[in-house]
Amino acid sequence: MTSFRRVIAASIIGATILALTSTTVSGARTQSATVTLVTHDSFSISKSVLRDFTRESEVLVKLLPLGDAGVALNQAILTKDQPLGDVLYGVDTTFLSRGIDAEIFEPYRAANIDLVSKEFKVDKRFRVTPIDYGDVCINYDKDWFDQKQLSPPKTLTDLTRSRYRNLLVVENPATSSPGLAFLLATITRFGATDWIEYWRALRANGVEVTAGWEMAYNGSFSAGEGGGERPLVVSYASSPAAAVYYSDPQPSTAPIGTMLDSCFRQTEFAGILRGTDNRKAAEKLIDFMLTRKFQEDIPLQMFVFPVTPDAQLPAVFKKFAEVAPNPASMSPSRINRHREQWIADWTEAVLR
Amino acid sequence: MFLGVLFVLPVANILGRGLTTDAGLDLNPVVAVLESDSLRRIIGFTFLQAALSTLLTVVVGIPGAYVLYRYRFAGRSLVRALATVPFVLPTLVVAAAFLALGVPPSFTAILLAHIFFNYAVVVRTVGGLWAHLDPKTETAAQVLGASKIKTFIHVTLPALRPAIWAASAVCFLFTFTSFGIILFLGGPGRATLETEIYRQTAQLLDFKTAAGLSVVQLVAVVVVLIITNRLIAHQRVALGLQSAAAVPQVRSAGQRTMLGGNLLFMALLLGLPMATLIVNSFSIPSGFGLTYYRALGTLRADSVLFVTPVAAIKNSLVIAVIAAAISLVVGGLAAHAIVRHRSGLATALSLPLGVSAVTVGFGFLITFDTPPFDFRSSWLLLPFAHALIAIPFVIRAIVPILSSIDPRLRDLAAVLGANPRRVWREIDLPISARAYTVGAGFALAISLGEFGATAFLARPDHPTLPIVIARLLGQPGALNFGSALAASSILMALVVLVVMGIERARIGSIGTF
Repeated sequence: MTSFRRVIAASIIGATILALTSTTVSGARTQSATVTLVTHDSFSISKSVLRDFTRESEVLVKLLPLGDAGVALNQAILTKDQPLGDVLYGVDTTFLSRGIDAEIFEPYRAANIDLVSKEFKVDKRFRVTPIDYGDVCINYDKDWFDQKQLSPPKTLTDLTRSRYRNLLVVENPATSSPGLAFLLATITRFGATDWIEYWRALRANGVEVTAGWEMAYNGSFSAGEGGGERPLVVSYASSPAAAVYYSDPQPSTAPIGTMLDSCFRQTEFAGILRGTDNRKAAEKLIDFMLTRKFQEDIPLQMFVFPVTPDAQLPAVFKKFAEVAPNPASMSPSRINRHREQWIADWTEAVLR
Repeated sequence: MFLGVLFVLPVANILGRGLTTDAGLDLNPVVAVLESDSLRRIIGFTFLQAALSTLLTVVVGIPGAYVLYRYRFAGRSLVRALATVPFVLPTLVVAAAFLALGVPPSFTAILLAHIFFNYAVVVRTVGGLWAHLDPKTETAAQVLGASKIKTFIHVTLPALRPAIWAASAVCFLFTFTSFGIILFLGGPGRATLETEIYRQTAQLLDFKTAAGLSVVQLVAVVVVLIITNRLIAHQRVALGLQSAAAVPQVRSAGQRTMLGGNLLFMALLLGLPMATLIVNSFSIPSGFGLTYYRALGTLRADSVLFVTPVAAIKNSLVIAVIAAAISLVVGGLAAHAIVRHRSGLATALSLPLGVSAVTVGFGFLITFDTPPFDFRSSWLLLPFAHALIAIPFVIRAIVPILSSIDPRLRDLAAVLGANPRRVWREIDLPISARAYTVGAGFALAISLGEFGATAFLARPDHPTLPIVIARLLGQPGALNFGSALAASSILMALVVLVVMGIERARIGSIGTF
């Protein structure tokens, strides 16, 4: 390399290092602490709510979205010796045990923990705090069934009946979170030995499998945006509310309904990352997540439900989002023990 | 050095997690991978779809290159820019468009989508060189009695070979490590090395299997790179190059048919999906309207992650320009080194294309985690990551053109008294200018549309357009989906503008040669 080129190369490297290091020295304010909230891409909260938090607690929140929920958790586990932030929000029931076993959380008993309904308080040692929950359910296209003068399926077993042949689209549990949740629902309902038979029957009845929710809902679902052919899709209990809320103009009835027998309840947790330098600020943030202000902001931002029963649901939720009275659920540790085997068995039964 | 720090270190680190035990280097995971039936099938499928996709793309791309770079017709610049747009589009959006057109997930869908994405690679790389070929050689051959076809096979093709091999290499690398298309359009259960590595690393945290798969992928990529580099080097022909301005207008009926046929093809394969996206972004329940575009500015505006479309565009552009600058500097230096010394730099710098994005991303997380080297949440990470991906393309765009400069011209100029800098300015620069233009176009397009590979890097508060699109696609509701289409249309328009702008900007006086 000529000396000219060497100079260029050296200055690039130098500038690189300088730039990279200088941009990470975030403005450390002397009067308020900063807490870094590590989340996934679906996280959302109102600006005004966060502003109120900063005003009341003098803690600034810095967001670090890392990808989808599973990837975010795995990145947190990978970096547990040098954590990326102070609080991790977004580990859910299906992966909770992995996070806890990896010991990435510091226990903390949140101030308002007693306000939370009992069913969500899964970790007795307070390593994580429940913040919200969502139900993964099968949604159906009301118009489609009306036109065909067919009543929509009511139970999981209905889905294997010939009158509902070729109408269902599900997601691959290996690559999709709702897909996994639905698989777990069937395992809960049919038991550890018979669920494979059920899926073989579904396969014989023409079930379609996609890689992810986007392709299923906006590709194959007849009431989704892609104008697909199938009126039954694995989605969320809040999807009817979202479909109404995000329509212009807003219809007076929801175009999709929920098959309550198919629901699987997932809780979403937040926890303080072990090794944080901002423990006090992190505690304040977790406490804030259980206050009414935050809890009531959750539905319209993330389309899941608050864990504190006295948080008011917005009107569009009260009208259109049905909460399953008896959803399937499974303990995080049981999920963790068998998840890979179940996915492998499912792949063998349904895709091969 | 650049490559070493930002790439080799993280990759070695994460691979080390899977390949080392207390006793030292342990290659059992690689063996295990090669012995597993299902994984072998995946490897085979990866090769098959990549080879087939590359072949098809090159076959349809060469006539396209001819038409777009050897003819002059009204609107050519626009068509060239439009042909580059697919390169940029997020795979999720394209998959949605294909589905809307009635193409179900299948092997064919994968091939079609790969052609859709990589057409621009072949057209720009081959066309960029073709534009400079002196037609006099071809005319001479025809005067001597060769038919048009013979001329093409024996005169033109050999001259074009460096560019064709370069373009093929890029296409192969791209399709070999294709992720989003396989996932969305391949149908359930179809897996390639890349998707499997993602699953093992990001979802299962099984570093051993992931490392084994990564090694296989890396070896395959290196082999391909070495082969194509050999082919490019051996086929290097000193050509009489001319300036690009002197290409003929479309005249004869034969030429018109050629032009028309190619344009039709482009309209069908490239235009239809894009047009569907754009049309759907305007179609609201009551007919047509700007609802979704307006919604981009207001939808979820109260959310803390919200960014106005203008801000997202600005972020995308800033990152793209920085990434392109880095790529041009590093890629340019490397290209010159390769042309002069035939060094193995091309292979080395192309490695990032062959290593799974998730591997690099995760490697980054565990390598750069201690201050003062804690780069993990620096927003400069994105342009550098984009540059890493763009540099191989830039090199492959520049090298074939640079290596076709007849060295005797330089010698001649030196003999006539020009000092090295003048030689460079009068001989190299005009030709290089086109090469750099082609490279810059690539780098900008890649950065603007990049989402998949950088999905594993932390993204603090400066989301780019593709990130905004991905977020919108993750929620039900017409407003969300429509806004995603609107944002995609804006992204397409942005790319067209940028690429056309590059074409217009000339460095130095190419016309006078």
